[in-house]
Amino acid sequence: MLIKKQNGIPSSEITDEKLYFNRRNFMKAAAVAGAGAAAYAFFSKKSPVVFAQEGKSWKTAHPSNYDTTETLTPYKDVTTYNNFYEFGVDKSDPSENAWRLTTSPWTVEVSGNVKKPAVYHLEDFVKPYALEDRIYRMRCVEGWSMVIPWLGFPLSNIIRRAEPTSKATFVAFQTLYRPDEMIGQKRDVLQWPYVEGLRMDEAMHPLTILAVGLYGKALPKQDGAPLRLVTPWKYGFKGIKSIVKISFVENQPPTTWNLYAPNEYGFYSNVNPNVDHPRWSQARERRIGEFFKRPTLMFNGYGDQVASMYSGMDLRKYF
Amino acid sequence: MLKPFLFLVCLLPLALLAWQGFTGHLSANPISDITNETGIWTLRFIVITLAITPLRQITKLHALIKFRRMIGLFAFFYGSLHFTTYLWLDQFFDWQSILRDIPKRPFILVGFTSFILMIPLAVTSTKKMIRRLGGKKWNVLHRLVYATAIGGVIHYYWLVKADTGRPITYGIILVVLFAFRVWKLVPSRLARRQFELSTRTSLANRTIETIPTRNDATSAE
Repeated sequence: MLIKKQNGIPSSEITDEKLYFNRRNFMKAAAVAGAGAAAYAFFSKKSPVVFAQEGKSWKTAHPSNYDTTETLTPYKDVTTYNNFYEFGVDKSDPSENAWRLTTSPWTVEVSGNVKKPAVYHLEDFVKPYALEDRIYRMRCVEGWSMVIPWLGFPLSNIIRRAEPTSKATFVAFQTLYRPDEMIGQKRDVLQWPYVEGLRMDEAMHPLTILAVGLYGKALPKQDGAPLRLVTPWKYGFKGIKSIVKISFVENQPPTTWNLYAPNEYGFYSNVNPNVDHPRWSQARERRIGEFFKRPTLMFNGYGDQVASMYSGMDLRKYF
Repeated sequence: MLKPFLFLVCLLPLALLAWQGFTGHLSANPISDITNETGIWTLRFIVITLAITPLRQITKLHALIKFRRMIGLFAFFYGSLHFTTYLWLDQFFDWQSILRDIPKRPFILVGFTSFILMIPLAVTSTKKMIRRLGGKKWNVLHRLVYATAIGGVIHYYWLVKADTGRPITYGIILVVLFAFRVWKLVPSRLARRQFELSTRTSLANRTIETIPTRNDATSAE
């Protein structure tokens, strides 16, 4: 198992020295891996790390105990090989077209069955929480994968602040709809705006984060700036980008790819090598930068942490 | 003069791919890029091959037929590269995995079939083979290209995730090319019947491609 076991304490409260120093060693090695990794190590040398985006300082990046120690995918690949149909359907389109997006000012609406609905400016939305580095595997439904050092905070923080009522059983997310800037939205390739959803327990899970950066830097626009969801045990498309709305709902919310092809993309979309996509196998994947394919792991290798949420469920039915 | 030049032009997509590969201008997933590029150029060359007859009839530039075989063979060439990329770079000759893959991914089966159907066409593309088969048989055999073209479009349509615009565009082009043939075929069949009734001779000198004649096949050099 590559993922360090959970020990019951929220990772944001952990200052395990051994782990911390292991991280440092790992980051030294990662620095050799590429320019992006070098930038990451540079940011990490200063402790506490001050994360700044467009002049606004956010809190220290914390080490986390959910990291994988696998080789990081180079920064260049993470930022030029993207699926973000709002900017075009080709992998290179997002990095070529996302510059048009205005990410400041940015507001996030928290609404639905909550005691404290609000519309936040992004900086106020993020400010209260300590940012953490989370080195996660990312498995795309198309059969390729990456290892990405995210910078973010657990979604559970937001949920606690919003104080959902007992009616809130699912969390629904929505991407910005602004075809003038998101030029891919001018074509009805998918139904816009992009929407995604999680069951409440999935949303509360400590692995689930809202990311505001990667490689110690502000999230590039093509990777979902300024705020995106990361659920590493699910296929990449569940990680909705450029979020403007988070609402707490009673019923399972619609999700974009499921609306497009319900027989191909389920609501859960947990990484599962045993359940094939109707048009291709999910048994193996190509890690970006590697020649040989590797076997895909159940729940993308996060089974120890997440499998219990799905016990008793037929994962062929609830794919 | 024109033919060698065209030959080099047909190699440009491959040259560009190689240049991008060696200079690091492919994406983070180069195997996927190579697969996609060789695949799309196979389909493009098939479409160009099929466009030659209508183009020839519209423009009356009958010399265009001289290039058809070469372009058709380039379709086969890019198809072979595409197939090899799958076997070698994508699957690394993991036959078990390939056998598992084919029924799971119907688009692979369709693509594979389309490729296989091109083999007899490539094999019988020499002057000698045309003579051996005879123009009539050769023409009938080479209608397999229609199946390959349809299969190619289905293969493309089934593999894209959401943006079906491009495969549909190729589908529309094929429909137009086929419609042209059908439109030409009906009057020419009628004409042939009348001609046969009146003269009781074969149509050795007709050049409409849809009528299988020895002359037409041998002119495709």
